[in-house]
Amino acid sequence: MKNKDNTCEHSCCGLCCTRIENLGVTIGQNEILKDVNLHVHCGEFTAIIGPNGAGKSTLLKAILGEVRHTGSLRFMSSEGVRKDKPLIGYVPQHLDLDATSPTSVLDLYTVCRSAMPAWLHIPSRIRKKAAEYFSVAKAEHLLDRRLGALSGGELQRVLLSLALDPVPELLLLDEPVSGIDQNGMELFYELLSDLKRSYDLSIILVSHDMETVSRHADRLVLLSKTILASGSPQEVFRSESFKRVFSPFSGFQPGKNLE
Amino acid sequence: MTFWYQLVDLLPFEWAEPGKMLFMKNALLAIIVLAPIFGILGTMIVNNQMAFFSDALGHGAFTGVVIGGLAGFMLPVWSAVAFSIVFSVCISVVKQRTKMASDTIIGVFSSIAVAAGIFIATLGGKSFTKLNSFLVGSILSITPSEIGLLGLILLFVLVFWLFFFNKLLFSSVNSSLARSRGLKTFPLDMIFSMVIAVLVTVAMSWIGLLVINSFLVLPAASARNISSNQRQYHRRAIAISLFSGVAGLISSYYFETAAGATIVIISSIIFLITLALRKRHA
Repeated sequence: MKNKDNTCEHSCCGLCCTRIENLGVTIGQNEILKDVNLHVHCGEFTAIIGPNGAGKSTLLKAILGEVRHTGSLRFMSSEGVRKDKPLIGYVPQHLDLDATSPTSVLDLYTVCRSAMPAWLHIPSRIRKKAAEYFSVAKAEHLLDRRLGALSGGELQRVLLSLALDPVPELLLLDEPVSGIDQNGMELFYELLSDLKRSYDLSIILVSHDMETVSRHADRLVLLSKTILASGSPQEVFRSESFKRVFSPFSGFQPGKNLE
Repeated sequence: MTFWYQLVDLLPFEWAEPGKMLFMKNALLAIIVLAPIFGILGTMIVNNQMAFFSDALGHGAFTGVVIGGLAGFMLPVWSAVAFSIVFSVCISVVKQRTKMASDTIIGVFSSIAVAAGIFIATLGGKSFTKLNSFLVGSILSITPSEIGLLGLILLFVLVFWLFFFNKLLFSSVNSSLARSRGLKTFPLDMIFSMVIAVLVTVAMSWIGLLVINSFLVLPAASARNISSNQRQYHRRAIAISLFSGVAGLISSYYFETAAGATIVIISSIIFLITLALRKRHA
């Protein structure tokens, strides 16, 4: 694959990677994923696409350890240390939060990053730290907003800031199906690309917007129960599997949008 | 207690005169200790959408009291506490294992508890009337040593909240996210249900099974309407709980009504007011 070679020109050259081997998930009688093999390098932005019900979010949950799976997941750090469980940063698709919840962004930061009880008092030093921290994702002005009052894009940036501290070895993102405007989406992907470069992160993103993601991801993975195609966006879009899965149903024409 | 009586004697009510109606003064102190506990724990019950769950715990506690009375334990309250804890653990475990909708599971357990309680209580043609006091509750019967027990519970809840609140809130915001950061959410939720189980059981005989859940949920639900962060939410929930508790108790004296129900009527009115005030800003 061309992409792997590109990654090797960066600092970590294959030393730091996440390897998913023969991963399978069966819930009840339903086989949701089988024989998933995926190798992700540091500094690589991998986007997972696929039709509805293809098991994209389940794959993320399996990597997180939320659903039981077969097969193995191994991580090798740049120092060559093997770990069964990498340090994972996770950005959920949405918060299952009552929109009326009186929880501010600062509250979320405090409960996540500090032992100071958020119901009693939040000292100004924590506030300062939080502002600094959210500025990475351009969300420092949102501190006193309620989580339920944030737009989809704002919430995504807040959750991304949280996922980046401590700096993870693997960043998993489940992109919201809707609720983010095109501008917000572009901003978010640019942010991810910056982060990927500055922290040398492996990023796995489940995407529902193929057009935008194809402009930013290093690698696309087409998933439908198992991996049907993987490679650069162009390679995946030209593959037979892609045509088989998507063409009859969608008017999306990757060639036109890409070139 | 003497100090408290002297303090209450300063109030301009007829029952507050020195040496008179000690039961009323006891009840007032009990409410002042109890209300913050309800306010604090209520915030998380509403966050986690557990209102129905805490209601079921009350039913479980009722069965516990009946079983305790039957078995002739010294204090039915302690057997009821034990039963409620087991009951809350059962609900949590069944919910976790079966992944069934929680309202179904809670509904089933709640029905079993009430039915079993009534069945055992009326077994052999016994009368149910002696258990009415648990349904309606009577705060006026509280003794100074029981107020001491409430004080201990308040202290325990405060310490618990200092150390566990952040984790509980994080898990409530998004449990997958919390678990991805190494939080053990299931035991955490379990501990929280046990704390509620103990509180509901202990307080049931004073507040009354029929209304105790409202006292737990309403102050937090009202505070939620007008708060935009956790500090406001807690302060207002505690304030509303205290106000409706004290105002409810005092009005129940003049209306000659049950204190628990009167408190709940006042908190309901406050809820309606906050509903009208609610601004969905920031």
